Amino acid sequence: MNPVNYLYLAALLFTIGAAGVLIRRNTIVLFMCVELMLNACNLAFVAFSRMHGNLDGQIIAFFTMVVAAAEVVVGLAIIVSLFRTRHSASVDDASLMKL
Amino acid sequence: MSAVAAAASATSTGEAVQFWILGTVAVIGALATILMKKAVHSALSLAGTMIILAVFYLANGAYFLGVVQVIVYTGAIMMLFLFVVMLVGVTAADSLKETIKGQRWLAVLCGLGFGILLIAGIGNASLQHFNGLGRANSAGHVEGLAQLIFTRYVFAFEVTGALLITAAVGAMVLTHRERTERAATQRELSERRVREGVQLPPLPAPGVYARHNAVDVPGLLPDGTPSELTVSKTLRARGQVRDVSGEALADLKALERRSAERLGREEASK
Repeated sequence: MNPVNYLYLAALLFTIGAAGVLIRRNTIVLFMCVELMLNACNLAFVAFSRMHGNLDGQIIAFFTMVVAAAEVVVGLAIIVSLFRTRHSASVDDASLMKL
Repeated sequence: MSAVAAAASATSTGEAVQFWILGTVAVIGALATILMKKAVHSALSLAGTMIILAVFYLANGAYFLGVVQVIVYTGAIMMLFLFVVMLVGVTAADSLKETIKGQRWLAVLCGLGFGILLIAGIGNASLQHFNGLGRANSAGHVEGLAQLIFTRYVFAFEVTGALLITAAVGAMVLTHRERTERAATQRELSERRVREGVQLPPLPAPGVYARHNAVDVPGLLPDGTPSELTVSKTLRARGQVRDVSGEALADLKALERRSAERLGREEASK
């Protein structure tokens, strides 16, 4: 097996995540699709790290994980406060900036 | 020479088998994430995909990242997702009605085009040489990572710390709600009840004069009709009151019929 297959898998997962962001309307599921895209990028980074024989790709994947953790905390807090004010988790209902 | 090149650009049969089996499962999990109607099912599918990605990290020699993926992603982030799903409401299924006509098919088309573009790009890139991590890991894997983090990437590492603190403070600010008025004391509440004169004693408990003691089953009034007052306000607002009075009456009727049959048979046998 050629290890480039890992890159193909990463591309496939990224595409699925992107399609999910376009298709779904529940904010939580949208957020999960974004996480899927981030994970696909991480897989590509790790595969590149092995290809080029240095650890920089893994370091970048590690930083991606840290940023994703911070992003999830803030994003889920926004979803919770959105749900509190609108009683709905659908992005269609959040069409106004005021309450 | 060609054998060396092949060894450098290929992996063992075991890894190939692992890749094809787990890769299929990962893609199925990703598809389930975007196709499942309920958010809980999506979250669980995504957790499965993330665990498989952790295995792929391990197979690619990223041992530290593989463990971090399990701990941070499946352990912390996905559990946070599940927590919010439970908070926001498990039963809130996504409506499948399209608000923009044809949007779903256009999205699928865009996804297909994007995927083909991406995969064709990877196919055309010259990625035939695979070096492996042998030399980079010569001083130890975690030692090598630490050396990079604390020398070349030390600034990014420190900025990451600031980012995490900001995120924690931001989450607290976003979800915290200051109480704008003083909470009513028990004395004030009881005085208000007397003034209004609607329901002076405490509300009746669910399950009184009923055959169930679950909180969503209303107690029965003496004439056998369910009393809405016995079920908590939250359940009433959600419409989750379970009416079993008909069931109880039917059970009673069946019991009476059975006993009548039995008595009748016993009388007949006499």
